Amino acid sequence: MNSGLLSLLPERLAWHVALSAAALALGLLIALPLGVLAARSPRLRWPALALAGLVQTIPSLALLALFYPLLLLLSNLAKGAFGHGFSALGFLPSLLALTLYSMLPILRNTVAGLTGVDPAVVEAARGVGMTDRQRLWRVELPLAAPVIMAGVRTAAVWTIGAATLSTPVGQTSLGDYIFSGLQTENWAMVLTGCIASAVLALVVDQLLGLVERGAERRDRRLWGAGLAGLAVGLAVAIAPLAADLAPRPSRYVIGAKNFSEQYILAELMAERLEGQGASVTRKINLGSAVAYRALAAGEIDAYVDYSGTLWANVLGREDNPGRAAVLDGLRTELKRRDGVVLLAPLGFENAYALAMRRDRAEALGIRTLADLAAKAPRLTLGGDLEFFSRPEWTSVETTYGLRFKARRQFQPTFMYRALGSGEADVISAFSSDGRIAADDLVVLADPRGALPPYDAVLLIAPGRAEDRRLREALAGLDGAISVEAMQKANYAVDRDAGKVSPTEAARALAAGLKR
Amino acid sequence: MTDAIVLDQVRKAYDGASVLQPTSLSITQGQFVALVGGSGAGKTTLLKTINGLVETDGGRVLIDGAATADLDGPTLRRRIGYVFQEVGLFPHLSVAENIAIVPTLLGWDAAAIAARTAELLDLVALPREVATRRPAALSGGQRQRVGVARALAARPSILLMDEPFGALDSVTRVALADDVRRLHDQLSLTTVMVTHDIAEAVLLADRIVVMSDGKVIADAAPRALLAGHPDPAVEALMQAPRRQAARMREIAGE
Repeated sequence: MNSGLLSLLPERLAWHVALSAAALALGLLIALPLGVLAARSPRLRWPALALAGLVQTIPSLALLALFYPLLLLLSNLAKGAFGHGFSALGFLPSLLALTLYSMLPILRNTVAGLTGVDPAVVEAARGVGMTDRQRLWRVELPLAAPVIMAGVRTAAVWTIGAATLSTPVGQTSLGDYIFSGLQTENWAMVLTGCIASAVLALVVDQLLGLVERGAERRDRRLWGAGLAGLAVGLAVAIAPLAADLAPRPSRYVIGAKNFSEQYILAELMAERLEGQGASVTRKINLGSAVAYRALAAGEIDAYVDYSGTLWANVLGREDNPGRAAVLDGLRTELKRRDGVVLLAPLGFENAYALAMRRDRAEALGIRTLADLAAKAPRLTLGGDLEFFSRPEWTSVETTYGLRFKARRQFQPTFMYRALGSGEADVISAFSSDGRIAADDLVVLADPRGALPPYDAVLLIAPGRAEDRRLREALAGLDGAISVEAMQKANYAVDRDAGKVSPTEAARALAAGLKR
Repeated sequence: MTDAIVLDQVRKAYDGASVLQPTSLSITQGQFVALVGGSGAGKTTLLKTINGLVETDGGRVLIDGAATADLDGPTLRRRIGYVFQEVGLFPHLSVAENIAIVPTLLGWDAAAIAARTAELLDLVALPREVATRRPAALSGGQRQRVGVARALAARPSILLMDEPFGALDSVTRVALADDVRRLHDQLSLTTVMVTHDIAEAVLLADRIVVMSDGKVIADAAPRALLAGHPDPAVEALMQAPRRQAARMREIAGE
């Protein structure tokens, strides 16, 4: 395992622990009193348990995803009412979703534990003159404690597991390894995340087990040791977060969407900032729409997006006035609308493009999409799973009048292999994909501009528009990355054998920058 | 002299079904009263109205001349000793902590509690070393002795017992019953005991109250009941102790 993987472990583990512990504590704080009330009142018991059970049936990933728009809405309402909103991304939605998720086992076991106390003992407590409160604290809770603790253990293990799913809503966690690893087919990375989170869950489960056994045997030393172990572990694990308490102006948050190129570029930016002595937090694996909104809200300070994506998705435009006009339009409109600053393009495009094997293209005499139209009826087109339903394909198809012999859909990895084995003659590719160079493919030119431009551009949050350190750190990047350099870096991360981490790829890319 | 316990037209119904008809009963200081009758006769309900574990639907309960309605339940119950059918010891507390529960609730200081606990263990004839054990480590008879000690901890003048010896074997039961009667005399208690065992009532009590269908059908000294009663149900109930007494005399006479 390489050092690049483990260097980010302390920060990810710290956030993972902080998030899980906060969610569990909050879950306990809500579910325990609710459980006590539900145990006393059969009328409340059914709805409380049913609601908690219902929450549990929502897939945890969806639960996390649903909190983002909900909080965004609340934040906008708060902005309207009080003049300032709050962050709808990252810690808060993750905390709320995980809290809800942790409640069921605690609630269920609290109710079961309390209603399971021997009725003779309950009557004895009343008979010796205990008030309801004394009966609860002196008799019922101590007797139900082992059952309640078993529920807390279950909740802890669930929460730690589900916390890995907080990555897509912008919360750093051990899930960063899993999501990035899945995206780049880097199994060592996926395993790192899985093992780290499993070990964490096991350790916490064992320590809570000590508390449970201590409660069962009424052994103060046993549960004391368990609690002490948990407290020490918590303190040690979240210690790296102390750095994040540094004053906000000298701390930067770099964002990335969920694919290799984005990880590499985020690392490139982060390391340049760190080189200038700044402290940097990375928020990676953001959804495409989430990333732009997070930037506009100032939750991330900078990230890379693509001109065509911004043009269509943020500005809602369907026309294609040409590369320069799109960039100019974006620069003025994003500034006007959201205060977002678009720095100069990085120098390469990551566009949908049709690609062929070089030998085949040369043999058929195809260099452009116009050339392709004449030969298409004898050729098979392979697309990724969404290509044929995207506007880019409709545009290309109608502009050039493309009619293929057959169309087939593939997973990206298999799509490239299909080109090698002859199952497809032409495929939909991303122009900065490393496999274009590695497999010796040619990207067919688009003389009529049917495909919108996808220039990679650096975006800066409104609050950082005048930030000199950030500007200086990123200044050297405009026009500095050629499509070949980006392809090479992407390939280093994507290839099956000898793959490297995004951090290492970013360093290699930085070393070979044009200036 | 005011009576220790007065029940005045006390009644109780659950979901419209009457379990206790309007009942009046006066118990003088120092009496040992046995409440007898079959299951569902209302004897446990009657017992629990005394310390407020059952809230009455009507009527008054007076303890030493004062109406219990003026007191909150916990305060009332801390002043009255109560021994349970199923013992009801707190399984998570030691024997000493169980015995000390009422003094603890009343806020006695630690030294007074420790001294009282030791004294009570002697009083109910339990060895001192059981003090640190959990109830689960005791025999059934020992457990009920702890239950009696717990009931007497805060020096109540009234002791209520609900089938206190029901779960014990006969040897243990006789020994414990004798000890309870001894404590009753020694501590000048007023004792009300629910039992379905008429022989036990005859041997222990000064006064037997027979209940049936939520009503008192007989209320007299054991000797008077053994002599005869106009109610055929009471007569039937007294048959067994009468035969036992006759047989005992017969054996002793030989």
